[in-house]
Amino acid sequence: MFSRKVTDSIIEKLIFASGIAAILLVSLIFFFLLREGLGFFSEYSIKDFITGHFWYPTSKPAAFGILSLIMGSLFVTLGAAVIAVPVGVMAAFYISEVAPVSVRDVLKSGIELLAAIPSVVIGFIGMVTLVPLVRVMFDIPTGLSAFSGSLMLAFMAMPTIVSISEDAIRSVPWTYKEAALSLGATKWQTMYRIVLPAAAPGILAAVMLGIGRVIGETMAVMMITGNAAAIPESIFDPVRTMTATIAAEMGETVKGSMHYKGLFAIGLVLFVITFIINFIADTFLNRVKK
Amino acid sequence: MVDKIIAKDLNCWFGKACSVKGLNLSVHSNEILGIIGPSNSGKTTFLRMINRLNELSNNFKYDGSLMLDGVDLKQIDTETLRKRCGMVFALPLPLPMSIYENVGYGPLRHGIKSKKYIDEIVEKSLKAASLWDEVKDRLDSSAMKLSGGQQQRLCIARTLAVEPEVILYDEPCSGLDPISTAKVEEAMVELKKKYTIILVTNNVKQASRVSDRTAFFLMGEMVEIGKTADIFLSPKDKRTEGYIMGRYG
Repeated sequence: MFSRKVTDSIIEKLIFASGIAAILLVSLIFFFLLREGLGFFSEYSIKDFITGHFWYPTSKPAAFGILSLIMGSLFVTLGAAVIAVPVGVMAAFYISEVAPVSVRDVLKSGIELLAAIPSVVIGFIGMVTLVPLVRVMFDIPTGLSAFSGSLMLAFMAMPTIVSISEDAIRSVPWTYKEAALSLGATKWQTMYRIVLPAAAPGILAAVMLGIGRVIGETMAVMMITGNAAAIPESIFDPVRTMTATIAAEMGETVKGSMHYKGLFAIGLVLFVITFIINFIADTFLNRVKK
Repeated sequence: MVDKIIAKDLNCWFGKACSVKGLNLSVHSNEILGIIGPSNSGKTTFLRMINRLNELSNNFKYDGSLMLDGVDLKQIDTETLRKRCGMVFALPLPLPMSIYENVGYGPLRHGIKSKKYIDEIVEKSLKAASLWDEVKDRLDSSAMKLSGGQQQRLCIARTLAVEPEVILYDEPCSGLDPISTAKVEEAMVELKKKYTIILVTNNVKQASRVSDRTAFFLMGEMVEIGKTADIFLSPKDKRTEGYIMGRYG
């Protein structure tokens, strides 16, 4: 029979191993991304890559400018954030502060269920319902546009934003609300002046996670945004995002070719962008805490 | 003697549990009414009925009537009522903002815009709560950094800042050391000149020190009410006597 000490040390090692495994996996991903991506920059200048307007990976001579892809991602992400953040945060307030208990439970589980829908299904629904609607409504040549993508992505980011914001709002001590109300503040004043600032770090984390999901989303945008690698002039133009480019072209490249490495370089750019967003969120969170 | 608050045949329930039964009670203007009694006796529930905080729980209901200056509470709009009946809670509850903002919070919400006027209110309220001298040089630092006793006096200042008519104290000294307690009590006696005060307390000695009249609650019923000296020297009811002597509670 094992003594308690032995059991203890085995469990300790198991936990240690799983922790290390997570770190190891992340560093391996980063390592391969760097190896494949950096190789690209020894043959293609980083300036042409970031600021080039043309993405013609298979022409001769090939052009690997990803500015249009960056703009595509930017348009779609910003559009989605502008829609999803206010609606999501307000929905979270409604659920935790205003809605009666019966409505609250239904809404909360419903919204969490929304998060479980696979993105390809959302993309498909968007393609058959939203895209024709957008085309007719705004009278544009095609509904496959950044705007449709933003709408659909906002829809996908919403569950994350609502659910995590709602947790943050609900974890604001009840006593704060009582104190404010007992001074004669109205329900709205209490929500806006007391609950919102107190829940701000959590709400910000929710927003960042939601935006993270939007930036990384691939399948739905590939199906809805039209996949035109051109710099968009308006939100109603078709765009192509960085993620969609990688997903669409990775299967057709020769391993080790410039095109192949170029896609990894796009991955590296995505990684850097996500890293910057996390970094900004972190510094902001720390400042709020102080 | 003017009756500020009158309760008539007051009953109330949280779900099926009855927490106040058949309460008839009046509170005179400019007096300190002490309410003593063991826990679960309905004293805090009664206090929270006056500013209608109980009604935030959706299984709360009551019948009978509760009147402020002869007007039924149901006819006063909730925000105005809470402005007129300020409350100091058992635990110090500073809001997560600066000292100045805590005190200025109420007046700002009630639509006072002039910064100068708010400055005045903040100073006056902090002085009335005898906290001014300790914090006047750091009004912009976080209220969460004050000591427990200071936080509680800050909460009193915050309540005073909205210029209420009635102050409801809900065991205001339960977490405080004797010196802070003395300061809070001192402030209370001073405030009696301008305000009507109801003091719910678990500390029988505190009621005997500061209140003009004392009521004894037990299991949701008021057993006895009278001048503090009478209650403490010659209680009419055996249960009151037992509680005051410390035989139970």
